Amino acid sequence: MTLADGKALRVAFGETVAELGSADPRIVVLDGDLGSSTRADIFENAHPDRFFQMGIAEQNLLGAAAGMATVGFIPFVSTFACFAVARALDSVRVLIAQPRLNVKVVGGYAGLLAGMTGKTHLIFDDMAIMRAMANMVVIAPADEIEARHAIRAAAAYQGPVYLRLTRQASPVLFDDSYRFELGRAVVVRPGRDVTVFGTGTQTVRAYQAAELLAAEGIDVHLVHLPTVKPLDEDAVVAAAQATGLVLTTEEHTIIGGLGGAVAETLGERFPVPLRRHGLADTFGESGPDAALLEKYGISVTKTAEAIRAFVRARRT
Amino acid sequence: MQSGSEAAGLSVAELEDLARRGRAHVIKAVAHAEGGHIGGPLSAMDMMIALYFRIMRVRPEEPDWPDRDRFVLSKGHSAIALYTALALRGYFPLEELATFDAIDSRLQGHPDMALTPGVDMASGSLGLGFSGALGIALGGRAARRDFTTYVLLGDGECNEGIVWEAAHVAPRYALDNLVAIIDHNKLQQFGWRGKTASDRLPPYTGTQLADRWRAFGWEVMEMDGHDMTRVISTIEAARDYRGGPVAIVAHTIKGKGVSFMEGNYEWHTRVPTPEELAEALAQLGETGAAADRGGAA
Repeated sequence: MTLADGKALRVAFGETVAELGSADPRIVVLDGDLGSSTRADIFENAHPDRFFQMGIAEQNLLGAAAGMATVGFIPFVSTFACFAVARALDSVRVLIAQPRLNVKVVGGYAGLLAGMTGKTHLIFDDMAIMRAMANMVVIAPADEIEARHAIRAAAAYQGPVYLRLTRQASPVLFDDSYRFELGRAVVVRPGRDVTVFGTGTQTVRAYQAAELLAAEGIDVHLVHLPTVKPLDEDAVVAAAQATGLVLTTEEHTIIGGLGGAVAETLGERFPVPLRRHGLADTFGESGPDAALLEKYGISVTKTAEAIRAFVRARRT
Repeated sequence: MQSGSEAAGLSVAELEDLARRGRAHVIKAVAHAEGGHIGGPLSAMDMMIALYFRIMRVRPEEPDWPDRDRFVLSKGHSAIALYTALALRGYFPLEELATFDAIDSRLQGHPDMALTPGVDMASGSLGLGFSGALGIALGGRAARRDFTTYVLLGDGECNEGIVWEAAHVAPRYALDNLVAIIDHNKLQQFGWRGKTASDRLPPYTGTQLADRWRAFGWEVMEMDGHDMTRVISTIEAARDYRGGPVAIVAHTIKGKGVSFMEGNYEWHTRVPTPEELAEALAQLGETGAAADRGGAA
């Protein structure tokens, strides 16, 4: 089945947070001079009095959001993921996570595909960093539909959230009947041969890979984990039990992200043969999206290859 | 203990006496905990007393009152000065100061807003508290609440880049509900070496601090941070100033109130010996019996 094209997750962010702002006067957006990229500008146009430009200064961007949260606002902080997570990490840790303030850290342009920027702007150890931080919830939506749900769920949740958004348009995996629940896994495609856990937009590529593999007689049980923390551990164990073979896939380093979280859970609760598929222990580089996905091994074709090789190695 | 409305109308002499007692509490608490900071809390104490007993609208019995004035101790390592002011003001018992830095205590080494009544913002990693204070002031403006946010920074803290990130933003929003006070005690923990190893250079000299804040678009005032009358009048003038944020450069002495601590960088974190404790308390007019209790002076 071919998936329909969706809007970019950043557009879903701008539109959804603007809708939230119309319904709830506590919603504010703080921008680090990237609103025209992250599409926080949609909120600025809708609610100019609740849009706060902090300039090119991310430590203070995150710190000021914490201060606003203490006055009862629900700040969505919007910048590139590399700046929110790496540059401003001390502000996130001390002023947001430790006091457990109600700040939503929206890291746009996360992962491998950030518009020809190269290694300074590509961040794919962000989930590992944020997942290790106490009090922090980590959500990586797969498509436009889920992103809208996740943003609304983040606003409704009382406490710090890291929303991992990617820049590019993604095919739409979910339809309007989809119900997102914070901390809940979603079985995207039931199957018998191998359990594949995905998160973020990589789940969409995993779905497309599974469709390719179905034609070859490999039946993938695909489970999407939009909430990387807290992980739906019971669902992870149940899905591992369903096939006895587990592969994780993510647009993120295989260290400490979804693969790490699943491996930790299964290592303790239901050890099975497990393969972590994703980005290697490396930094990124500039290049067109398709070339990057191919070179770094997470394109649909490469993902299918990884699943195929894993299943075949277990069958022989 | 002064609580609630009792604090109103204290004379300058009474405020000065509270500051004297506050200094004794700081030294006793650090001696009891066998750790913590002394020099910075002593340089800040007069201003803390002026803020909590004269200037700020607060309700110790209702620490989260939404319309309260806010105070952020961005120089979070002076936490014991804040705890002392809060305890004297009635947020929690003075006896609790003896739990400073102890396991399970609400009085952590650096201020924990989730634990301690009256602490309006987390701080400790330098510069961050000021950034949080900027957000509080922005939020107060956006919520149309009529409170003032006061934030106390160290002069050494002004080394931090985030201070200037936040300083750059406040004038853009004309935040005249934000008052930054810089405790210019002329010493940081170690600092740059002077002529000898024990001669540590001040983080900023002359008008450097005032010039920097002015260059960032702040209205700048200066005061003697140990002259209670001047402290009150200057902070009140800053509070009443309209059109933008005000930075007050408070000229102070690190270790103020105890002769052998004053101006000596080693007292940034040193723990007094029993003899030094007795001598310090004697200089502050405290008797030995009061020293032993660690609580009410």
